[in-house]
Amino acid sequence: MTPVDRPEDLPTPDIPALDIPQILTDESVQILLCCGSGGVGKTTMSAALALSAARAGRKVVVITIDPAKRLAQSLGIEDLDNTPRPVDLGGLGLSGARTGSLDAMMLDMKRTFDDVVEAHASPERAAQILTNPFYQALSTSFAGTQEYMAMEKLGQLHTEARETGRWDLIVVDTPPARSALDFLDAPEHLAELLEGRFLGMLLSPSKGPLRFMSAGFSLVVATMNKVLGSQLLADVQTFADAFEALFGGFRQRAEQTMAQLSGDHTRFLVVATGERDSLRESAWFTDRLSTENMPLAGVIVNRIDTTEVNLSADRALTIAEDLPADSAEAVALTRHAERVRTRERQLALVQRFAATHRGVPMHLVPALVGDVHDLAALDQVGTLLSDLSLTGVAADR
Amino acid sequence: MAAPRGAWLARTSVPAHQLHIVSGKGGTGKTTIAAALACALATRGRRVLLCEVEGRHGITDLFGRPNAADTTTEPRIARTSAGGQVHGLEIDAEEALMEYLATFYHLGIAGKALDRFGVIDFATSIAPGLRDVLLTGKVYEAVRRRQKGRRDSYDAVVLDAPPTGRLARFLNVHEAVSGLAKVGPIAKQADSIMAMLRSEITTVHLVTLLEDMPVTETTEAVAELAPTGIQVGSVIANRATPSPLANDQLELARDGKLQLDLPMLAQADRTALAEEFVGEASRILAERECRERLTSLGVPIVDVPREPLGVDLTTLSSLVESLTHQLSEEVNA
Repeated sequence: MTPVDRPEDLPTPDIPALDIPQILTDESVQILLCCGSGGVGKTTMSAALALSAARAGRKVVVITIDPAKRLAQSLGIEDLDNTPRPVDLGGLGLSGARTGSLDAMMLDMKRTFDDVVEAHASPERAAQILTNPFYQALSTSFAGTQEYMAMEKLGQLHTEARETGRWDLIVVDTPPARSALDFLDAPEHLAELLEGRFLGMLLSPSKGPLRFMSAGFSLVVATMNKVLGSQLLADVQTFADAFEALFGGFRQRAEQTMAQLSGDHTRFLVVATGERDSLRESAWFTDRLSTENMPLAGVIVNRIDTTEVNLSADRALTIAEDLPADSAEAVALTRHAERVRTRERQLALVQRFAATHRGVPMHLVPALVGDVHDLAALDQVGTLLSDLSLTGVAADR
Repeated sequence: MAAPRGAWLARTSVPAHQLHIVSGKGGTGKTTIAAALACALATRGRRVLLCEVEGRHGITDLFGRPNAADTTTEPRIARTSAGGQVHGLEIDAEEALMEYLATFYHLGIAGKALDRFGVIDFATSIAPGLRDVLLTGKVYEAVRRRQKGRRDSYDAVVLDAPPTGRLARFLNVHEAVSGLAKVGPIAKQADSIMAMLRSEITTVHLVTLLEDMPVTETTEAVAELAPTGIQVGSVIANRATPSPLANDQLELARDGKLQLDLPMLAQADRTALAEEFVGEASRILAERECRERLTSLGVPIVDVPREPLGVDLTTLSSLVESLTHQLSEEVNA
């Protein structure tokens, strides 16, 4: 029999196993962040990890961002109320003293922002901020607000967890950004913009670093006013003044949350698929975490095609050639050949990633048939995440 | 109109639409489809511009030209086998604002100084909608060149747009600039951009996978675009699994009731293959159900089969061929 053409002869760097059960049961780990670019299954992974941890006895809360409607329904969070709700795990047949609890919430960025304002400002001041037109734009449609608010919510829940003991693990699904890096960069960028330095420069250039080129500068200010509209600049300044006075500045707040994230109690999990773009994105993110000394737990590569059939792609196609193309047999063989080839390509890409990121633990998750939209399916994903025999390419031999 | 450079072959026709906007949920392959569409449109002697706006360097990654990121030169990134050429442009909002200030306010050097102090970053980030107007404004400028008969004009412009979740907001520049200055060149340009997007030269292609979430997002995008007056020309069902089998046969297979008559295989492999086929059949059926949902949108559907080798420059040509064939009226070769 022809050997199955799996990429045995490709150079396989040693890929350390990503021991997810160990991470989920390590009580020193209090925050787990799932990062990755859009469309890789981050929300599903976050929810499955949270469920697994609850199964293992942790008291978990998962912050999801924009989950699929049916998944949200099965978690009991279809109402966007920005508050963690207990998930009914009764249907899963869990038993024994080791079962913990699972709460879930869907992030409402505007509500989170409003809450921050209301919690820290006098009613009059809060009203002044909440009705500011710039604040309204900022809290609903600003690039970076969602990331900032995810961090803010995380900070709040972490404090609540420490004070009340309601949770001992927070799992965060990060916003669907164009790039995973946005989660790290957006809050600081936002803070930087609102710090008021440039704003001050625009409104009173005689004090800023541009005072030396005042001849051209008044023209510039006039131009910016024309481009942006003077009302917008005025709104921004009113907002920034009020905000800065209240909270000691955006930047400080962002920095505090970032500091929380680089502590011993946090782990980053990068979620990818076995596609070129996704793994490249993961490579950037992994490098960035290591540059910033952020604690990376490893990379989960989702939707890897698997096969139990001991039949090479070439042989499958050769057999199929002699059969009518529209026979079930020919279709089954062609599908199998394509599956084997897809798998080879995915594994080759994973190996390439591993070769340039030696020592980064990885876990490969097999592609599932159908969408994950109920607790039973989530539980199944959780099992796949915890199955160490699937970890690393070596397991394929 | 003066013949543009490179028009050494007589052009027989122009594409049905001059501006093609390609969007899709994250992970559906919209960047690859945009690139393939640009190549498909670049038939004999045609010049096509492929633009991206999200700073992901998707063009450079696919075509591997280091200069594709250079917004000023619009380098040629591909010559198509049909005798056309594709140029690449990575639009950056901050650079667009600088260009804008230079054009309308003659702020050449002062603009650079502003950039050094971060004012340009400030303006493009802080002003709601400004970024989108700057990005679409640059596309507008590239499309307009042909009407002006410029040497650097294009027969078609393909925009690799933001994902479907943000598409309507991105394209609805009118709404976007409502918080900005009511008069002046930005407001005026927003009107012109909107008019172009609503006109018959523009069409939108929504890329989706035949899966629940992407199909739902596509449906939502169609609904969100409807009131803007921007036409959706096609839905592109990417990575679809082709199969000659009828639904009833697939249902039998899914339920494990289909025997595979393959005596040349060992019993164990036959059983394993049948089990694998249960999953395959169930996926194909789910895809067909999703495709059914797409037909109810009343928009032409383009089926792009999945490419097991992954899409790179070598496999891109089969994708280009598939689009050329299925969008023959668009391409109008």
